Amino acid sequence: MISEGLLFTLYIFILAVFVGFEVISKVPPILHTPLMSGSNAISGITLVGALIVAGYAGGDLVAVLGFLAVTFGTINIVGGYLVTDRMLRMFKRGPQKHRRHG
Amino acid sequence: MVELLYLTASILFILGLRMLSAVETARRGNVVSMVGMALAVGATLLKGGTVSWIPILAGVAAGTAIGGISAVRVRMTAMPQMVAMYNGFGGGASLLVVAVELYRTGGQVPLAALIAIPLSTIVGGVTFTGSVIAFAKLQEIMPGRPILFKGQHWLNLVLLLIAMGLSVYVIVAPPASGLFIVLNILALILGVLSVIPIGGADMPVVIALLNSYSGIAGATAGFVLSNNVLIISGSLVGASGLILTNIMCRAMNRSLANVLFAGFGATSVTQEVMTAAGGRVTEGTIEDAAAVFENARSVIIVPGYGMAVAQAQHAVRELGDLLIEHGAMVRYAIHPVAGRMPGHMNVLLAEANVPYDQLFDLDAINDDFPRTDAVLVVGANDVVNPAAKTDPHSPIYGMPVFNVEEARTVIVLKRSMRPGFAGIENELFVHPKTMMVFGDARQTLLKIIAALKAERGALAATG
Repeated sequence: MISEGLLFTLYIFILAVFVGFEVISKVPPILHTPLMSGSNAISGITLVGALIVAGYAGGDLVAVLGFLAVTFGTINIVGGYLVTDRMLRMFKRGPQKHRRHG
Repeated sequence: MVELLYLTASILFILGLRMLSAVETARRGNVVSMVGMALAVGATLLKGGTVSWIPILAGVAAGTAIGGISAVRVRMTAMPQMVAMYNGFGGGASLLVVAVELYRTGGQVPLAALIAIPLSTIVGGVTFTGSVIAFAKLQEIMPGRPILFKGQHWLNLVLLLIAMGLSVYVIVAPPASGLFIVLNILALILGVLSVIPIGGADMPVVIALLNSYSGIAGATAGFVLSNNVLIISGSLVGASGLILTNIMCRAMNRSLANVLFAGFGATSVTQEVMTAAGGRVTEGTIEDAAAVFENARSVIIVPGYGMAVAQAQHAVRELGDLLIEHGAMVRYAIHPVAGRMPGHMNVLLAEANVPYDQLFDLDAINDDFPRTDAVLVVGANDVVNPAAKTDPHSPIYGMPVFNVEEARTVIVLKRSMRPGFAGIENELFVHPKTMMVFGDARQTLLKIIAALKAERGALAATG
């Protein structure tokens, strides 16, 4: 009933979800915003899909929708990474303090 | 080759995310993730099969310009709506991608891909318009209060059921172009309807949740295109967004369902309730406040959304530094849901150069208030409301809050006696230990700083 290809894809999906939970289960509150905007930039990965579909020869409608999809995805990625870097650049530890977990 | 590059990109995303969760490595982590993205995009362009380059080049140029300029220009105080908006574009891209795929193939795709198409449409559409509404609320283009109307939940339910019905039809009899367009419109409407009933104070949850949605939309688009890098990265983001959503909900001691559907803070509370709280407001002058700080050996500053609105973070830091200079211990108490997005206050104080080891989480500092001489509340409201502990009828009852009233003196900077964004009265403002200083927080702080400096100057001159 389920093709092998789909089963394989489901494996990848499920495992990736678990990796996602594991990787960021302990984030200090100070990093909540950058983590959000940084992962938000990663969700711009849908640009890869946009690049694939926009590249097809499929007439004007495909071209217009493809163009929009590429634009949206690029905004997400470029904006997301840049604001994340802007924020992370600002985080500084105090000069004289002993080390304390953030 | 392309698949190997995709695999490398996926690994870099995972490593990057992990590095993003520790302060020391966060900035490098973001760069690692960027490299992963560059690899994924490069691999896609190089793999061939691209026939029309114009939409791609034009889209990348337009997106880079819009994303780049907005990212460089946005003020830190406006970061919540900016992040929401970027997020929305990601969801919108997923919706468009699957629309093109369905149109191009006429639905001649494997069943799994076909099932994923309407899913991606619904989640992507909700992410897009939901984020636009979140942006509009935070940018104050539309009112931040919950917008409620009779039968709202029923309407949402009916629309969702229709959307599910249409989805089934698209899956069974693709491409069903006409109905698919209706499904797209419905998804966009659902996004609007699901965010308008949510008040400004609950925005941290909404933004984290929309972040999760954008990942899910990307992952489902990955199923449509059988593209593993999309599936992996989408799921990573979906999971991370859910974790943040959960942290935000716990910090308010409310369920996600309550946040999404309760129309929290819609009840308008008027001045009468303040008097009903049975206390008198003690109003202090700039000099009164300065005198309190003059004598304080330990100070805790509690910032809230009002600090962002008044752009007061730099003035707050200046006061903090001045007090430290004169030997006081100064710490900042940051509530997880203070502000309009997760970590909002941390970003603003970092912008003002407050070292992050002066910032303390709820659990880390809440026991220290009894040993604290002065607490300065700057534009925070619900997170310092004692009703959360004492009044079972309060809408925020059970929410973990700062025990500021245990300190010797509490100084609250507030624009006016108007209730806060959540529209809930706050007993702290009529507490005997509380001194209210009304006015623009930034102006007030600057005046307090000037008063302190004048006092010190006078002492130095005479002493």
